[in-house]
Amino acid sequence: MSLRILVGCKRAIDYAVKIQVKSDLSGVVTEGVKHALNPFDEIAMEEAVRLKEKKLANEVIAVSCGPAQSQDVLRTALALGADKAFHVEVPAKEYETLQPIHVSKILAKLAEQEKVDLIILGKQAIDDDCNQTGQMTAAVLNWPQATFASKLQLKDKEATCEREIDGGLETISIKLPAVVTADLRLNTPRYATLPNIMKAKKKPLKKFSPKDLGVDITPRQEIVKVCEPPKRQGGGKVASTEELVERIKKLGVN
Amino acid sequence: MFRITKFFSCSSLARLKHTLVVVEHDNQKLSQITLNTLTAATKIPKNETVTCVVAGAGCGNIANEVSRLAGVNKVLVVDDSNLQGFLPENIAPIIVDLQKKNNFSHIAFGSSAFGKNLMPRVAAMLDVQPVSDIIGIDDENTFVRTIYAGNAIQTVRSKDPIKIFTVRGTAFEAVKPDSAASPAEISPAGLTATATDKAAFVNQQLAKSDRPALNAAKVVIAGGRGLQNGENFKLLYDLADTMNAAVGASRAAVDAGYVPNDLQIGQTGKIVAPELYIAVGVSGAIQHLAGMKDSKTIAAINKDPEAPIFQVADLGLVGDLFKEVPEMTKMMKKN
Repeated sequence: MSLRILVGCKRAIDYAVKIQVKSDLSGVVTEGVKHALNPFDEIAMEEAVRLKEKKLANEVIAVSCGPAQSQDVLRTALALGADKAFHVEVPAKEYETLQPIHVSKILAKLAEQEKVDLIILGKQAIDDDCNQTGQMTAAVLNWPQATFASKLQLKDKEATCEREIDGGLETISIKLPAVVTADLRLNTPRYATLPNIMKAKKKPLKKFSPKDLGVDITPRQEIVKVCEPPKRQGGGKVASTEELVERIKKLGVN
Repeated sequence: MFRITKFFSCSSLARLKHTLVVVEHDNQKLSQITLNTLTAATKIPKNETVTCVVAGAGCGNIANEVSRLAGVNKVLVVDDSNLQGFLPENIAPIIVDLQKKNNFSHIAFGSSAFGKNLMPRVAAMLDVQPVSDIIGIDDENTFVRTIYAGNAIQTVRSKDPIKIFTVRGTAFEAVKPDSAASPAEISPAGLTATATDKAAFVNQQLAKSDRPALNAAKVVIAGGRGLQNGENFKLLYDLADTMNAAVGASRAAVDAGYVPNDLQIGQTGKIVAPELYIAVGVSGAIQHLAGMKDSKTIAAINKDPEAPIFQVADLGLVGDLFKEVPEMTKMMKKN
């Protein structure tokens, strides 16, 4: 079985950065701020590379939609083990209103063109926290979906997925071609080694525009405003266990 | 009605909204989040009717229960053995068919694992860009939600003709059971479900507990890496028993294997907002705060005085949890 896998790679503000809302309330400050490959996409990438190492897949394609800087995460993906990368270039201004509906159509088109058997995406991007693209891509292609996957086993052209759900775990079986979205515990991603980072420079990176793929990226949503959440007071201290219990009892919640 | 609306597109009839709420259940029990989603639906400005769809296999009792909730005007049922397993591949086409028949202006789902899995598939099939995890409704087109792990609040206006969204349970009060003045009409939706051959439900491993659920408890006690192992969580369960509290955990504790994944509270786990949240041995990373910073009162026990959790805590106790928690349990019992 030699599967072709497509992995979605989004460039997002690094998870450890303390974000700042712009003073004009139009969005979050991204200029000059540290960005990285979305952590869930790192996990997706790791899963794809492991499938290649197990000789279940023979090609892993990394895709990123965004402005020129998106190529950074594609270089990372190539260093982690992707064979080739596609950069769907969306200029910065239009990128502000690029939404999962557009990305899902872009990924679907590329998956069809490249005759992909499996699409692995991160379950959500840690910037917009949407958790939509995987499910929407599956719908566009009319493929089955396995979201929040914590375990993936492939046999012939079928995948058994364990998923993390509210009450615990659920196991489903899906036929390829399919879309899987990676949850936190699917795997622990590797770090890109320096030799692999160097090798990645020689791997192919192809550019497309949404227009090339026949996808209209007219925004469906307008961002009215972005503001800071109400500030929480915090810093309240108690001196002893007795005081803590007394204050809790006073709340009268139990 | 539908034809009239199309002809007189400027009439007041066209400006009235009709919402479909997709009910979450397991055929036996109605999910709590549906009660919060229903409240959100009733808060949509200019909303005229709320229709609830109950899709399942042997879900008659759920339909009855839903019909007795205040705010529900109609209940449509798709009771079909093909919906065993609640696969989105089987349910999404049902919702799409319902939409085509009834032309709802809004379709609401709870922001639970079930809703998050299903909603975007439905939205894509209807070529709609959905809105996830709303915490507020400004007007019939405009919704409020959080981004960057709750560190920013985004207001979005949807230009799509249908608004499709999931509702954050903690942001809207739950409708009370049996609150309807008279039960709403229940009727079969008149749709047949087909079971896809591309996906199959295998099994579920669900936690069984007599304790309150995380999303319903008034008090939540969460353990972090400071607990050091799974056995030590007994300290938290003992404390929880004195307060009828639910027990949750940080990602670190789940990753380390101390407790199963359904306890995880955080940006990508469960979001809770109880009356009292007690964080024990939890450092307070941004991603964890995202899951609990809307709690009314936050208490924290941590031996590190610099732990970020103290920045959001109202009742912060710097101390050794292995000493403090058993003492708290003893004192709480002295009631």
